Amino acid sequence: MKFAVIVFPGSNCDLDMFHAIKDELGEDVAYVWHDETNLDGFDAILLPGGFSYGDYLRSGAIARFSPIMKVVEEKAAAGVPILGVCNGFQVLLEAGLLPGAMRRNAKLSFICKQTRLQITNKTSLFTNSYHDTDTITIPVAHGEGNYYCDDDTLVSLKANNQIVFTYEEDVNGSVANIAGIMNEQGNVLGMMPHPERAVDALLGSADGLKLFQSIVKHWREQHAITS
Amino acid sequence: MTYDVKVYVTLKEGVLDPQGSAVKNSLHHLGFEGVSDVRIGKVMTLRLEATEDTLHDYVKQMCDKLLANPVIEDYTYEAEEVVSS
Repeated sequence: MKFAVIVFPGSNCDLDMFHAIKDELGEDVAYVWHDETNLDGFDAILLPGGFSYGDYLRSGAIARFSPIMKVVEEKAAAGVPILGVCNGFQVLLEAGLLPGAMRRNAKLSFICKQTRLQITNKTSLFTNSYHDTDTITIPVAHGEGNYYCDDDTLVSLKANNQIVFTYEEDVNGSVANIAGIMNEQGNVLGMMPHPERAVDALLGSADGLKLFQSIVKHWREQHAITS
Repeated sequence: MTYDVKVYVTLKEGVLDPQGSAVKNSLHHLGFEGVSDVRIGKVMTLRLEATEDTLHDYVKQMCDKLLANPVIEDYTYEAEEVVSS
């Protein structure tokens, strides 16, 4: 299976993402510069954290107009698994691939710490390997992770089982303690916590690895059916 | 014609503004108890070419596409024709 890590000017978790896939997951991975216009041959797309375009104007607002995002939108519609972490989540929101928007953290300070997450959807292609656990430890590092959506959107997120992760405690003021959501189709996940920074016990937690393993598991199952 | 356009972007009513809340608390600490609400936004000043007919659509498109996020933000703008001296 081959993963793409999209690199925007200002991405700074791209190396962590690459390391997680190549060294810990053991799958194929390549960087794709934001100016590229082709993602053929990739089976999953990863939008890493960082500060694309310096977060000038708003987090993710400028990155969403990068040439590669047009292709990412096409791949999202085609059902390709897409994971946006932190700034990658913000880019997905700005691009309209996920509903809602990000505000500054409720207490304004930058938060960098381990958080406990409740896995609220264990059947998604991103979480199908978390059979034996309801909560996981994944670190956050963000200043604008305060997820907002209106009441109607929250109702539909719940009704469609699109909320994948919630914080066990209020970390940043997010509506309903939301830490990660999917699109309705279930192939695009955005989350503020960093699973790529939790892929080895040395890093304080290896709970993030199963997220990537879930994507591979799903892909193998799909691949077995269609070939 | 050349216009100077001031775009004001603010969080929508009902969307919690953490910066505004922090500033309001500070004002209270300084004794300005009469302040009941603070909202913080952005002002962007643009100089651009447009005709009187196209100006509104031109600015609106820029705001809807990039300058404001319609999910959480509202915007207004003021335009003033630049008169060459």
